[in-house]
Order: sequence, then structure tokens, then C-alpha cells
Amino acid sequence: MRVTVVPDPMLSVRGVATFYGAIQALHGVDLEVGKGEIVTLIGANGAGKSTLLMTICGNPRAQSGQVVFDGEDITGLATHEIVRRGVAQVPEGRRIFPRMSVFENLQMGATLSDPAHFAHDLERVFAMFPRLAERREQRGGTLSGGEQQMLAIGRALMSRPRLLLLDEPSLGLAPLIVRQIFEAIGRIAREEKVTVFLVEQNAFHALRLADRGYVLANGRVRLSGAGHELLANAEVRAAYLEGGHA
Amino acid sequence: MAPRAIAMLKDAALTALVTAALGIFIVGFRTIDVGSRTGLSFDYELTDLAVAVIVVFLGRLGLSLAAAGLRWPVIALGVVMVAAGVSPMKLPSGFLHWFVALGGALLVLRGIWPWADRAVAVASHTSGGRLVQEIGAKWLGWALLAVAVVLPFTPLADQKTMDLGVLILTYVMLGWGLNIVVGLAGLLDLGYVAFYAVGAYAYALLSTQHGLGFWAVLPLAGMLAATFGILLGFPVLRLRGDYLAIVTLGFGEIIRLVILNWVDFTNGPAGIGSIPGPTLFGAVFAETAPAGRQTVAEMLGIPFNSNHRLIFLYYVILVLALITNLFTQRMRRLPVGRAWEALREDETACKALGINPTNTKLTAFAVGAMFAGFAGSFFAAKQRFISPESFTFIESAIILAIVVLGGMGSQVGVVLAAVLLIGLPEWFRELGNYRMLAFGLAMVLIMVFRPRGLIGHREPSIRLHPVASAGSG
Repeated sequence: MRVTVVPDPMLSVRGVATFYGAIQALHGVDLEVGKGEIVTLIGANGAGKSTLLMTICGNPRAQSGQVVFDGEDITGLATHEIVRRGVAQVPEGRRIFPRMSVFENLQMGATLSDPAHFAHDLERVFAMFPRLAERREQRGGTLSGGEQQMLAIGRALMSRPRLLLLDEPSLGLAPLIVRQIFEAIGRIAREEKVTVFLVEQNAFHALRLADRGYVLANGRVRLSGAGHELLANAEVRAAYLEGGHA
Repeated sequence: MAPRAIAMLKDAALTALVTAALGIFIVGFRTIDVGSRTGLSFDYELTDLAVAVIVVFLGRLGLSLAAAGLRWPVIALGVVMVAAGVSPMKLPSGFLHWFVALGGALLVLRGIWPWADRAVAVASHTSGGRLVQEIGAKWLGWALLAVAVVLPFTPLADQKTMDLGVLILTYVMLGWGLNIVVGLAGLLDLGYVAFYAVGAYAYALLSTQHGLGFWAVLPLAGMLAATFGILLGFPVLRLRGDYLAIVTLGFGEIIRLVILNWVDFTNGPAGIGSIPGPTLFGAVFAETAPAGRQTVAEMLGIPFNSNHRLIFLYYVILVLALITNLFTQRMRRLPVGRAWEALREDETACKALGINPTNTKLTAFAVGAMFAGFAGSFFAAKQRFISPESFTFIESAIILAIVVLGGMGSQVGVVLAAVLLIGLPEWFRELGNYRMLAFGLAMVLIMVFRPRGLIGHREPSIRLHPVASAGSG
């Protein structure tokens, strides 16, 4: 099912197929993320959500199909080249630098940006996550899960991205923290004008936040539509919201 | 109490039995060559074996007692053993006296350890203790530097000490260089000595065949070694952990074998001799200068003393090592240095932040290799003779041990570990063949008591609010 065509896409994924060795993980996925939108991708374990996110980042590379970012074909580029073009990634499992302090982690996030606005960007991140300001000298590895997630998001924002990719930011966090994280993602999109593409298992929170959503099953896009539509969709409710099966 | 005592005795007896079973072949008798007619015969050294078994029995008993919380008996036992070791009692070899005394000393140490441990823990929570700690963290590096600078002017500075000082500083420099690759970038390099060899042969060949001086060759040797670093870097970029270690190990051996077998170029196993030493503003360190040159003694108008050369070499390597250290400290504050550390922590996350892992790894290899090249040039100039013998795997292993035991990434830790690992075996030369035992013991003790290295914690490279952290790393 191919539905929404966005007038001004920031990211277009066109017929992308990805393999792990001989195993095909994605079977021709099409999706689009418009400028300024929050788009979410939901699906069960093993549906290929993380694979799609990683394919967008160039590791693994798409076997066929195209990934276009802001009008430029980035399918064959190396990860660090893609990041250089304004795509920031909050990887699955947060992957902060455990032996570095909060401040140093944020510094690493600013690797690509002009040192002139480092102080300003740091203020913005600390304003968004005051907890990080309190713990700026603490080692990343000693933070709680929620704080680590905040740090991972803050680190990604330090590069002043135009597109922010988030891979399961709610993973392993307490419900209260999950709500805080999703609130922050909403603010990033609305106040900072960053386009957000969010991969989530927590379909309820993700669809409530997102402008639009896609449902991925067995490496194919099964459904797509506005967030509230999907939230009301019977199939989605059965499979992802009420503990059914995909 | 009684059943426990019996259990302890049983345990100690079993340990002694194992010692006896192992030791009977290793210590118990030795084969002696009694001439071509009769061949080999045996010489029994059962007294040695008996002493060893008794020491092991008492030692095991002491450890069990200590584990049971009986400190005073352990200390008493230790003191008795130390007394026996230093007593004029006649044992078959001097080493056995050492063995008995050392065993006793360790038992005493084990006995007082819980107290010492608690005392240190309590003291570190008082304000005075915290002050001492802070001063230690801030000033230890500077204090070591001050000692290093004034050492040649103290009465201690005889030829032996200065020689040892030069040796230790060479390893400090190598340790700091390897620390960039292993400690900061987290790339396990087992072939570091290859770059040391490249630097040494660069100077040896350029000076003996093309007449270039030490100071002219030094930067060339560094660049050449850095080039080799990049050459090694390319094939290993995709490797991690164990695989990287194996390939670097192979690279180290390849360089050594090429040097060994390319006789036309490197003079093979015979090595290269009469390499000129470093000069001071063109003046040489010798009793009489070659034609057209001046000796340093003439230039400065002081009487000739053969120690001057050694003292000069000492300061040269001190300055080279300090440059390595300053460079590393600077790099840690620059984006590329931080990228090294980030790469060690998580390569995937680095890519996600736009860091190019290829370039980052290559710069780490190149910079680390460059300092090994400098050190190699210095080594050739100091020894005046080099051969492939000096660049075997054991050198790489020792340098790596210095970095690991010092605490990965810690600059002061490397100094302490170099003093311990290079200094101890030299000081214990009187022990003869057993000095490697002291070396091994030192390693085991460090790993038992400081499993993360002598200085195992990492200081942030930058703080928003400056805290005492100067001079250390």
C-alpha cells in the first residue's frame, strides 16, 4: 500500500531492499518524511525497523533502491559522509561513550559543527535536559537509563541536524521517563524545527506524537497514514496496541 | 576450632605435595655433563626442594590463617620466615635465602593488609587525606619530572644509574607513544617494536652511509616510521580486538625478518656498528675530535669526562619523552585526540556522529609510530651498534606491559610502570637468573592489587570548572 506523497520531502526511501548475507531483511520499502514532520515507523520485533534506519545511514548499504536526503542520493555514501550532510542518529541502545563525561559526550556530538556555536548549542541541550547540566562532569556509564537516552539525544542535537533519526528511544525505560523523552522529541521537532524520523516498538506513544506513521511487517510497509488514523485503525490496535500478534 | 585447624593443615600439606611433585623434576635434580665418555649424570639438589616445599607449606598455612582473620599468627609466621631468610644459616644457594625471606615478607604484608587497607580508606575521607590525594594527583607528575631533571647533579649519578636512567626514559617514551595507539585509540598493537626498528635503522643507515647527523635524521626517522604506521594501518582498518593483535604481531615479525635477511641493505644479523652519537651544536662527545670538529669539552672549556656523553644522552631522551607527553596531552584536547578516545569506546557511535574511523585510526597509528621512530633513532645513536636482536617480540611485549600495567591511557602510570618493569630487573641483577622471577612477581602483584593498572582512572580531557589535574593524565 503506497499512500501519502509529501510535497516537500526531506527523506525519501524508494524501493529499498537490504540483505544480511543471503537473508533479505527489507523487501522494497517506500516511505517519505516531509520537512518539519515527525514520522514514526512501528512494527514488531524483527520486522526490519532498525535495519531500515541503519540502511538510511549507509550501514548496511541497500542492495537495490534509493535513499534520497534533501534532493541528494545518499544510497552509496559511508555513514560519516551521510552524517556530515545533516542527518543525526540516536542509535539503538543509546551507545553513549561510557568512560567519557557528559560534557565530553556532548563535545563528541559537536565534532562536525562550527566551534563558534558550541556554547550556544550546549545551552540549548542543557535547557532541554536540565538533568544533563547537573551531571556534566559525571561519566556517561554511571548515568541512569533515562539520563543516558537524554544524553544520546542531546549528543545528536549538538551537530545541528536537519533530520534526526531515533531508534527505539523508549527501550528499557520507566513509563514516566518514556513520557519525558517523547515530550522532548516533540519539542525538538516543533521548537527547533528538526525533522524527526522515529522508529519505535511503543506504538501508542509514537503514534500519538507523530504526524504520520508507517507500519512495517516482515520487511514490507503494511500500512501508512496519519498518526491518529493509525491509532484508530483496527489492525494496528489488534497487532500493536492490545498485545496481539503482528 | 580444631576441625578448622586440621582442614588448614590438610590444605597446606596438599599444596606442599603438589609443589614437591612439580619441583622434583624442576628443582630436585639437575643433569650434568661429565664428559663425552660417560655422558650425563645426575646431581641431586634435594635440600633446595625441601626448603621450597617447607616455604610453600608455611606460606599456604599463613594465607589460610589470614583468610580466617587470624592476623597475629600470620605476622609472627612471616617474621620468623624473614628472620630465617636473613639468618647466617647455611642454605645451598643465596637465592633460597631470598626465597624464604620474600615468602615471609609477603606473609607479613598479607597480615597487615586489612589494616592498611582500612586505614587508607578512613584517611581518604578525612579532609587532610583528601588534601594529600589532591596534591598527589596534581603534583606527582611534576615531582617525578623534578627528580628526573636534577638526577644527573646528585651524587647518585654514577655511570650505572645514568645508564639505567637513559634506559628507563627510552621505555617511558615508547610507553607514551604506544599509549596513543593502545591507551587512547584502543587499538591493540603487538608489533610496536617494528617502528622502533625502522627509526633505529633509518638513523644507522643514513649516518653511516650518507654522513647525516643525528638532529637531521631525527625528523626523517619519525616521518619514515609514521609512513610505516600508515602502511600497517591500511590492512588492519577493518579488524578489531584479537584479529588486529594477530596482524600487528605479524607485522612486527615481518619487519624484523626483512632486516635480518636483507643483508645487502641492513647487513643482516651482523648488524650495523660505529654509528655516530648525537652532537651538541656540532661538537662531539669524545676525548679527541675528528678532523674539522670540536669536542664538547673544548667548546665549553671544561675537562673531558666520559660521563658527559651519558648525561647529554639522558637529557636528550628526557626532552624527547617530554615532547611525546606534551604532544599527547595537547592531542587529547583536540578533536582528533577526542575522536581516538571515542573510537576506543564505541566505533559504531563514532560513525553515527560523523567521525571518519579510517582517518582516525590511521592518525593514531602514524602518530604512535612516529614517536617510536624518534626513540629508535635515539637508541641507535646511544648504542652505536644495532642488530635485529634488539627488536624482537619481547620488546613489544614489555612496552605493552608498561602501558597496561600503568593503567591504559594514564601518562604518569606509564612512568611508574616503566620504572618498575625496567628498573627492577636491573636492580635485581644480583639475583642472576632469578631476576625474571622478581619481574613476574611484580607483574602479578600489580594485577592482584591494581587490576586496572597503577593509575587506572581517566581524567576528563576538559572540564568546565577547572579542578586539580595538571601534570597527570
